[in-house]
Amino acid sequence: MIVIVDYKAGNLTSVKRALDYLGVQAIISSDPDSVRGADRVIFPGVGHAASAMHNLTSTGLGKALLDVFKRGTPLLGICLGTQIILSRSEEGPTECLGLLPGECKKFVAPSSEFKIPHMGWNCVKRVKNHPLLEDVSDGAEFYFVHSYFPCVADDSSVYLTCTYTIPFTAALGCKNLFATQFHLEKSGELGLSILRRFTLWDGSAC
Amino acid sequence: MLTKRIISCLDVRNGKLAKSVKFVNTQDIGDPVETARRYYTDGLDELVFYDITASSDNRGIMLDVVSAVAAQVFIPFSVGGGLRSVDDARAVLLAGAEKINVNSAAVKNPSLINETSHAFGAQCVVLSMDVLKVPTSASIPSGYEIVINGGRTPMGIDAIAWAKEGHDRGAGELVVNSIDADGTRDGYELNLTCQIAESVGIPVIASGGGGTPEHLYDVLTKGKADAALVASMLHYGTHTVAGIKQYLSDRGVPIRMHF
Repeated sequence: MIVIVDYKAGNLTSVKRALDYLGVQAIISSDPDSVRGADRVIFPGVGHAASAMHNLTSTGLGKALLDVFKRGTPLLGICLGTQIILSRSEEGPTECLGLLPGECKKFVAPSSEFKIPHMGWNCVKRVKNHPLLEDVSDGAEFYFVHSYFPCVADDSSVYLTCTYTIPFTAALGCKNLFATQFHLEKSGELGLSILRRFTLWDGSAC
Repeated sequence: MLTKRIISCLDVRNGKLAKSVKFVNTQDIGDPVETARRYYTDGLDELVFYDITASSDNRGIMLDVVSAVAAQVFIPFSVGGGLRSVDDARAVLLAGAEKINVNSAAVKNPSLINETSHAFGAQCVVLSMDVLKVPTSASIPSGYEIVINGGRTPMGIDAIAWAKEGHDRGAGELVVNSIDADGTRDGYELNLTCQIAESVGIPVIASGGGGTPEHLYDVLTKGKADAALVASMLHYGTHTVAGIKQYLSDRGVPIRMHF
């Protein structure tokens, strides 16, 4: 069973709807034990990093996510979920889960031409192959809504980059973890293809 | 590069797709869910649904439409029309909309923008404004006035001032709809769109008057819009999403072409 982690961070039902459309069973749960018992875990979210971390810590869900990551359970982060798996975030600022070394930084608009948040469809650049990205070609567009962006310490964790004011990491991964800054559940058929491949993924990076 | 968005506007009355010209002569022209799915498959970037149902008794029908769209259309969409409170907004978001769209209710009660932005985040709140060209005056220095009730009631508010106020109150995007251009298919109101785009730090969606791909090109370049709303030119089959996008992409406008 796929478990979508409910940590009171925005609309989780859009990911559930996308999985329903793909014909894949999933449950939305805030129970750390059901997260630990899942075959696969999806960690979405929109909202504020510090309040999200507060909820993850107080509910024990943060610890459950660390456990499933260490155990090798395929784990998919989306948007805020992607930011929270890093070591820390400037939004708060707050310490984060630290599944992957790195931090989340705020966009700074160099001119009025750039509006923050970065919102809309932007194209990505492929950095290296990943089993979840087989349908994604260089230049493919995905839907982003964010004011902070992930910045990983180890370049080998970067799979897709995007440019808005500066180049930033659009998709990252390490072992059984893969995460996108864009909303793959709102990114049309290409977004759904990543989700579909995740539901079949064994958790190995190549 | 961030692309310019092509957004289609679907007016929904009692669960059916409707189209008006200058906000009158409304006709039923199809099923909103089927139409949304077709445009999605064809590469549309975003959708807006306006509930123009006259009777509040039938509001539940709109939530059914929203749920049905959310189950099979995986691009962002917003819902507006008749949203007067945070609770109204929450209902459409829970049904699957990405954003809410406020118009007349926000003019009458501007704190609605603050309240919905605070509750759901600025990225969730689209302020739609219906604008009529009028002689310039002390209260309307730009010569563009905010009107409500489908264009029938002038409000004595300058459109540029209202756009800035909407931004300040927490709107994440603006839809600028020219009543003069609406449904004419003669082109967008470039001057109005450009003036507002230069006045606010949030994305501006041009609305009203789109009839040819060239009109979209003009408003996305000269008009400085971040997105263009299209209705008649798609609903009546005179143009396709893919055709419009190819035209714009060929002329150097950044457009989402992988779908």
